[in-house]
Amino acid sequence: MNFASDGLEFEKVHVWRGDRHVLQGISAHVRPRELLHISGANGTGKTTLLRVVSGLLRPEQGSVTWLGQSITSSRTEYQAALAYASHEPALKSDLTAIENLRFAVGLKRRVTPKDLLAALDRTGVAACAELPARVLSAGQRRRVSLARVLAMRASIWLLDEPHANLDAEGSELVSELLQAHVQEGGLALVVAHRDLALSCPVRRLELNS
Amino acid sequence: MTVGAWEAFLLVLHRELCLSFRRPEQLFQPLVFFLIVTTLFPLGLSLQLSALRDIAPGVLWVAALLSSLLSLDSLFKSDADDGTLEQLALSGQGLTLIVVAKTGAHWLVTGLALVIVSPIVAIALGIPTSAFAIMMLSLALGTLTLSWLGAIGAGLTIGLRRGNVLLSLIVLPLATPLLIFGAAATDRAISGTSTAGAMYFLAALCVFTCTLAPWAATAALRITLE
Repeated sequence: MNFASDGLEFEKVHVWRGDRHVLQGISAHVRPRELLHISGANGTGKTTLLRVVSGLLRPEQGSVTWLGQSITSSRTEYQAALAYASHEPALKSDLTAIENLRFAVGLKRRVTPKDLLAALDRTGVAACAELPARVLSAGQRRRVSLARVLAMRASIWLLDEPHANLDAEGSELVSELLQAHVQEGGLALVVAHRDLALSCPVRRLELNS
Repeated sequence: MTVGAWEAFLLVLHRELCLSFRRPEQLFQPLVFFLIVTTLFPLGLSLQLSALRDIAPGVLWVAALLSSLLSLDSLFKSDADDGTLEQLALSGQGLTLIVVAKTGAHWLVTGLALVIVSPIVAIALGIPTSAFAIMMLSLALGTLTLSWLGAIGAGLTIGLRRGNVLLSLIVLPLATPLLIFGAAATDRAISGTSTAGAMYFLAALCVFTCTLAPWAATAALRITLE
């Protein structure tokens, strides 16, 4: 993995949704080995902010830069370094867990079934690898989506409510994965309502309506 | 370890074909519709074979257009609904490449399948076998063009609740030239006169949409993804 020094920065990001001014000049700079915990009440724009940072949503004002370059000008390189997990698990219900991973991760980097199985094993769903996603429980689907993030070996993680539908053990797993990722030099932006319970330094960004 | 464009294209194509074959009912619905509509016409009209031959090109092409339209709605919508479209858009591969692969796969399972079964329908409608080659080629060009017109429409309407109605309104007027020249080519092939003019026009339309529609469909998708 190649982690450059100056990380991900978003500056004075403004987003309107119709008449609603959802994000009002939000700024932050996240460097490698840092984790930004984004919290706030419902409807304060946490997911919107994550979509802006991912490049899916273009802000009306403000900029998002990665390694000092705007993410729109270096879109391909930025996306290759990015793993995004939305609050939906984003799995095709007709495909098996491992096929879902193969078709998503395979676009980012060359993977072998062994790599994918190892990722599924790490998130505790290796036994479900050959099952169609439609028969998996909500918690298992979440674990498969975490395995996808893991298998992408990306340096930037953008996770939206990664604890949703997970049991206590699953929440602990999220913390372990985040911690390992940050310690290896990655950076992460995590939208979560709960405390992340990490031993590594966590910065907080509280959004208000 | 990065993935090349061609490799990514094949992977998305494989994904789409896999998904289509896991849902055989969706795969066969347009084909069954095409077969039923075209075989109902001779039954309903109880015409002489010669009269049937006169209306056959029109019936064939209208049925082909409508049955292709049936499956267009789901081209991007199911991926948008389950969040996998976002994953594809952030895959580090160009969105245009993904759109080309998805639309190509859509044509393979709807357009090409329709071309393959068209001789059965042609026999039912009394089209002579000498006209089959032109009929199949014109249908292949027409359905490919339609898949691309549909990709633009599907990209624009994924965020809408009743997008399929709007999709028909967007696509069908644009598909009118296809109907006119496609039916004309088939008609001329039946009567044994030169089909060159109509076929060239269909080919030109096909090249035109295949080169420009990917960018338009990508732009439409980017807007709706926001």
